[in-house]
Amino acid sequence: MDVNIHKFRYKDLYFLLDVNSGTVHVIDKIIYDIMDSFAGNNDAAVISQLSADYKQADLQEALDELHKLIDMGQLFAPNIEIPPVFADKGLVKSMCLLVAQDCNMRCKYCFADAGEYGDADKTLMSKEVGEAAVEYIIKHSGKRKHCEIDFFGGEPLVNLSVVKHITAYVRKREQETGKIFKLTLTTNGLALNDDSIAFLNDNNISVVISLDGRKETHDRIRPDAGGNGTYDRIVPKFKKLLAGRNNENYYMRGTYTKYDLDFTKDVLSMADEGFDILSMEPVVTKGDVPYAITEADLPEIFAEYDRLVEAYMQRRRAGKGFFFFHFNVDLNDGPCVAKKLSGCGAGHEYYAVSAHGDLYPCHQFVGRDKYLLGNVFDGVKNTEMPNHFRNCHVLNKELCRECWARFFCSGGCHANADLFNNDIYKPYELGCELQKKRLESAIVVQAINAMED
Amino acid sequence: MKHIKTINKPYLQSTLKTGGCGECQASCQSACKTSCTVGNQVCEKRK
Repeated sequence: MDVNIHKFRYKDLYFLLDVNSGTVHVIDKIIYDIMDSFAGNNDAAVISQLSADYKQADLQEALDELHKLIDMGQLFAPNIEIPPVFADKGLVKSMCLLVAQDCNMRCKYCFADAGEYGDADKTLMSKEVGEAAVEYIIKHSGKRKHCEIDFFGGEPLVNLSVVKHITAYVRKREQETGKIFKLTLTTNGLALNDDSIAFLNDNNISVVISLDGRKETHDRIRPDAGGNGTYDRIVPKFKKLLAGRNNENYYMRGTYTKYDLDFTKDVLSMADEGFDILSMEPVVTKGDVPYAITEADLPEIFAEYDRLVEAYMQRRRAGKGFFFFHFNVDLNDGPCVAKKLSGCGAGHEYYAVSAHGDLYPCHQFVGRDKYLLGNVFDGVKNTEMPNHFRNCHVLNKELCRECWARFFCSGGCHANADLFNNDIYKPYELGCELQKKRLESAIVVQAINAMED
Repeated sequence: MKHIKTINKPYLQSTLKTGGCGECQASCQSACKTSCTVGNQVCEKRK
């Protein structure tokens, strides 16, 4: 089949995506079958091929409709190449600050080794490093007005005083420079208290909060430093945090592992607790660990995504809908092609700053020596690396160029590609399979919503 | 149309000339940050 179209089925619905225009069509079985061989100009061959299954008049009628789509630019749209608006060099507008390379929890799947990223000293970021990071963005973001800082760790609340200091510094510098900073803090919730909750809510800081769903799912894999479950302690804190922000400006994110491939139950458990802006992710882990997801798990996971779609739609129809981040693909007003090539921006528009002030392409690369870029005081010394990342987009990656999902996922996570293939230009293929299923699910949800609204 | 129901209007091609302002939010794709694929992003100009 042509690499510029993708067709798939969900229950009794058939879907056709035109990759280069981003158009989604719900089609019937005859079109679905025609698209196995239709190339835009081979009607006679298609009719001959399918003449045993369909009447000629029906085939011709269906083909006429497909030609109308082609004329409207909604099927076989021209190939997309690198547009002139995609600048050769990125502007750094976004940073992830590892304000604490230390954590109060011991999640078994942690990519950062209990938040330390190989730093046995459990370093906390200083005010000076934090201020230098803010200045780095202001200096390197050019005309971009919107900038971002994510307070990350480890667990950032372990170093709350510095988070407060950097926040005050950012607000002062916004006034002086005209920049607008969106601040986000990613937390496991264990250290939340009245003081930190008031601070986060009073300062308009978005929060990403981690919960893995059901209590048994969560406690098995997200214990505290003493090995004790954390669910019962953090859920009330999360509720208090969100109540103080009108249940807005947050994401609750979870991770599913091989232990809980029935993760729809975890998503629904979160919704039942009153959290309704949700995300649930597959664990990414290398090595022989019992919770790792493998290729053999894919059929079960794919079936589970179908169950999640069903549950999501049922709740929506019953007026008890929740927001599931990965189903929220905007089919009408999504990002431009330049953005789709920039992808996550790691290494060229987005850097991570270690607690020491070292710069890396993103938080996941911290501690991977060959990716050290420089530091916030002296700037980037490894000047080739940002170009390497800038050019690592879907039109330059062999596997991505031919993948139907290329303009939705933008090539996947560089850090995962490096972790599994030691090369950011070679995607982590298990992740790709999960991503594609998730995107199909998102298209199904959006299409059904559009037809029902 | 009888056989096809189109869900959305094509927009991708039109952004080849107009896009690239870079004002939109970063879209980390790692699981620890909700893996916001680019497809989940909102254009800052059009929102």
